Amino acid sequence: MQSDTLTRKQPLPTKTYALAARAFLAEIRRNANDAWYQLQDCADGFPTLWTTPGNVIALLRYLKHKIPHPFAMLYDLTAIDERLRINDYGRPQGTQKPDFTVVYQLLSVERDLFIRIKVPLTENALSLPSATALWPNANWYEREVWDLFGIAFDGHPHLRRIMMPHTWKGHPLRKDHHARATEVDPFTLSDEKQDREQEALRFRPEEWGMADHGEDSDYMFLNLGPNHPSVHGVFRVALQLDGEQIIDSVPDIGYHHRGAEKMAERQAWHSYMPYTDRIDYLGGVMNNLPYVLALEQLAGIKVPPRAQTIRVMMAELFRISSHLVFYGTFAQDVGQMSPVFYMFIDREKLFGIVEAITGGRMHPAWFRIGGVAQDLPEGWDRMVREFLDYMPARLAEYEGMVLKNKLLQKRTRGIGVYNTAEALDWGITGPGLRATGLDWDLRKRRPYSGYEQFEFDVPTANGGDCFDRCVVRVEEIRQSLRIIEQCLNNMPSGPYKSDHPLTTPPAKERTMEDIETLIQHFVNNSWGPVMPVGESCFPIEATKGLNSYHIVSDGGTTSYRTRIRTPSFPHLQMIPHISNGLMVADLIAIIASIDFVMADVDR
Amino acid sequence: MEAVTEPSVLATLLNIGGILLAAVIFAALLTWGERRLLGFWQDRPGPNRVGPFGLLQVVADMIKLFFKEDFVPKFADIPVFILAPTIVMIAMLMGFAVLPIAPGIGVIDLNIGLLFFLAMSSMAVYSVILGGYASNNKYALLGGLRAAAQTVSYEVFMGISLMGVVMMAGTFNLREIVLAQEGGWYIVPQFFGFLVFLVAGIAESHRLPFDLPEAEHELTAGFHTEYSGMKFGMFFVGEYLSVILISGLITTLFLGGWLGPWLPPLAWFLIKTFVLVVFFVLLRAAIPRPRYDQLMDFGWKVMLPVSLINLLATAAILIS
Repeated sequence: MQSDTLTRKQPLPTKTYALAARAFLAEIRRNANDAWYQLQDCADGFPTLWTTPGNVIALLRYLKHKIPHPFAMLYDLTAIDERLRINDYGRPQGTQKPDFTVVYQLLSVERDLFIRIKVPLTENALSLPSATALWPNANWYEREVWDLFGIAFDGHPHLRRIMMPHTWKGHPLRKDHHARATEVDPFTLSDEKQDREQEALRFRPEEWGMADHGEDSDYMFLNLGPNHPSVHGVFRVALQLDGEQIIDSVPDIGYHHRGAEKMAERQAWHSYMPYTDRIDYLGGVMNNLPYVLALEQLAGIKVPPRAQTIRVMMAELFRISSHLVFYGTFAQDVGQMSPVFYMFIDREKLFGIVEAITGGRMHPAWFRIGGVAQDLPEGWDRMVREFLDYMPARLAEYEGMVLKNKLLQKRTRGIGVYNTAEALDWGITGPGLRATGLDWDLRKRRPYSGYEQFEFDVPTANGGDCFDRCVVRVEEIRQSLRIIEQCLNNMPSGPYKSDHPLTTPPAKERTMEDIETLIQHFVNNSWGPVMPVGESCFPIEATKGLNSYHIVSDGGTTSYRTRIRTPSFPHLQMIPHISNGLMVADLIAIIASIDFVMADVDR
Repeated sequence: MEAVTEPSVLATLLNIGGILLAAVIFAALLTWGERRLLGFWQDRPGPNRVGPFGLLQVVADMIKLFFKEDFVPKFADIPVFILAPTIVMIAMLMGFAVLPIAPGIGVIDLNIGLLFFLAMSSMAVYSVILGGYASNNKYALLGGLRAAAQTVSYEVFMGISLMGVVMMAGTFNLREIVLAQEGGWYIVPQFFGFLVFLVAGIAESHRLPFDLPEAEHELTAGFHTEYSGMKFGMFFVGEYLSVILISGLITTLFLGGWLGPWLPPLAWFLIKTFVLVVFFVLLRAAIPRPRYDQLMDFGWKVMLPVSLINLLATAAILIS
C-alpha cells in the first residue's frame, strides 16, 4: 500500500528535506481521511499523493486550509499522458494504470516543503473539478492543461485555449499529437481557412468577459500588445478603459509558445540543454541548473564541489545580468531614458566574463549533467575580481539616479500592491514575494548546489508595490556579488565534472584497453545516456522566481515528459488583480516591475 | 533703434529668408545634435558615421524620410490627417517672426509680439490634437487627449508667468523687453516667472518629462502613431523648432536677449539659446516621466499658485 518515500535506493537531497517530508506524511496519516490518497515513490523525495477525481478538491482544501502550516501556494498544475509508459514507476499498488494523470504541486513556505498530488484519469472520463475556487492561479494552469492535454475542468470560469490558437485542432502534449510539422501533410492556407482564421482573431469583448459599456459611459477597448514597446516581448493585454482608467484588463499569452516541453520528448538528455537556455532567455545558465539538478537527482549523480561552485558563480553572474536588464527597463518604462544604457554597459562586461568562461554570451548551454562543460580558463579570477571591484560603485550611482529619483518614486510607490497572502495565493515567488516582506528564498530554505556554504542575506521590503520589487532586486545584485566573491576566494580544486558513466565518457586511455569502456563511449555518444525510470523535480531560486523541471523518465534516451514550471507564468496572471482601477501608465509600471520574459511564460 | 523705422525691402526679405532658413537648419541639425548629446551622456557614440562627426546624418535622415512611402491610413480623416503636421511647422516658424535675435536681425517688431508668440504656440496644439484625432487610432486619440489637456493647462501658467516681465518692461514688444534688461536680466527679479515659463515651455513642446502625448512606453508613439515619412518628419522638426523657439524666447525674456559684453550681439543670443537647448536635451536624458494626472496636479496645484503669487508680488513691488 503506502510505501514510505524514505526507503528509496537513491540518496536524498539532504536530511532536512527528508525530515520535513516525513513529518508531513506522519501528520497526514494521523489526520486526513485515508480514502483520499495513496503514496507514490519519487526520486525527488517530494511526498506524492495519489487521489481520485472525486476526492481531489477535498484533499486540496484540507491541505490549503485545514492542515497546520498549510500549503498556501499552488506551485504548479500540469498533466502527464501516461498511455505510452512502459515501465513500472512506483505507481501505488492497487491503482489502475491511468491514461492521464493530472499533477498538482503545492508549496508550504512554513514547512519549506513541496508536495505532489496526482489524479489518475481514464481516456473516457477526462475531467476534473476545477480548483479555481481554492487558488486563483489555478485558472491559467487549468486552461493550459485543457489546451495541451484536452482534460476538462468542471466549474472553470473560462476554459479556453491559452497557448495554442483558438482554431487549433488537437492537444499538442498528448502522445498522439505530432511533434514536428514534417510528420503531417504540408501546410496549406485556403482562402476559406484564411477567412476563418481572420474571423477567429476578431476582438469580441464578451468573449474576454468584458462588457462594452458601463452605467453611464461606453468603454474603450485598447489592445495593448502583442507588439508594444513596453510589454517586454509578445504579450497582449486587452484593456477596458474609461478615459485612461483601467476598468478591466485581460492578459493574453501564447504568442511566444514554442513547445519547449514537447521538444524535450524528442531530444536526448544532453542535447536538450540549449533549449533550457531559451526559456528565461535573460537567465542563461540559470536555466540549465534546475534541469541538470533534476536529472542528477534522478540518476543519483554526485557533482564534484568545484563544479558546484562554478555553477553557483555562473548562475549568480546571470542573476546580476538579468536584474540589470530589469533595473534598466524598469527605469525606462517609467520614462527615464538613460539608466538602461549604463546598465547594458555593465551587462556587457558581465558577458565578457561569461564569454571568456563558456564561449557563449546569452545562451551558453554550458552546464552538463554531472558538472559543467569545461574547466575555468586561465585568468578567469582576474576578470571576475575586476568586475567585483567595478560594480558596487556603479550600483551606488544608479541608486541616486533611479531609486532616489522623486518622480520615479511617485510613479511606482503604492502602485501594483499585493500582500504576502495574495502573493502565495497567486503563486508569486522570487523577488515579487520577498517584496511583500516574506523572507523566503529557496537558496536559504532548501539549499542546493552548495548554497548552504555561502554567506548572503535575503533582501526583503514591506510595501509589496512596484518600487519595492525594484529595491529587492537591486539589493539582490549586491548579495549576488557577495556570493561571487566567496566563489572566487574559495574555488575548490578538483574535477569539473562527475565521472559517473551517464555523464562523462570513460577516459580515452581506457577505451583503448577494454571493450566495455569502448562500448560505453560509443553508446553515450550515439544514443546519449539512458536515465533510470522515475520522476524528479528540482526547484531552484532562478532570476525571476522559482523555476523547476519536473522530469519523467521511462528509462529511455529521451525524457518521457518534461514539465517546465516557470515563475513568470503565474506572475503575469496576477496583472488584472493589481492593476484594475489604475491608469494605463501604472499598468506599464506594473508590467515593468514584474520582470518577466515571454519565453519564460509560454515556453 | 532708428534703422528699423525704414527697412529696405531687400533687407526685410533677407531677414525673413535668413531666419526661416536658419531656424529650419538649426532644427534639423538638432535632430543630430540631440542624439549626439544623448549619446555623450549615455556612454555611447550616437550617430557618428555619416560625414564628419556624423553631421550628414541629418541629410541621410531627410533622404530617408522623403523616400518613404507617403502612407495615409484608409480609416483616417484624410484632409485633417494631412493638414495636421503642417500646422505645427507653420505656427512655429511664424513664432520666429517676432523673435528679436539681434539689433537689425528679426522679421518684425510687433508691439504685441509676446501675445503673438502665445497665439502661435496655442495654434501648435491644434496640430497634435487634430493629428491624434484624425488618425482614428486609439493610441493617437489618447495622445491627442493628453496633449489637449496638458497644453491648454500649461498655456494658462505660461501666459501668467510672463506678465511679470511685461509689467516690469511695460511693453509687449519683445525688442523693447530686451532693451529694458540693460540694467539687469529679468531672471533675477522674475526668477519664479522664469521657472514657471521654463516648465510650461517644456510642456508646450512635449519634451520629456512632459512628453505624455507621445509617451512611447504607454502609447507607442501617441499622437503620431499613424504618421510616417515626411509627415512624421514635420512633427519631428516641429518639435525641435519649438525647442529652439522656446529657448530663444527664454533668452529674450529672462536672459537679456542679445545683450552681453565683448562678443557681438548675435553671438550672445546664439550662445544663450544654445545653452538652453542643451539643457532641454539634458532633461530628456535625466528625468522619468510623471503620470498624466500627476502632471495635471503639478500644473494646477503648484505652477498656477506660483505664477499667480509671482504676478501679485511683482505688481505689489512695482506699485509701491
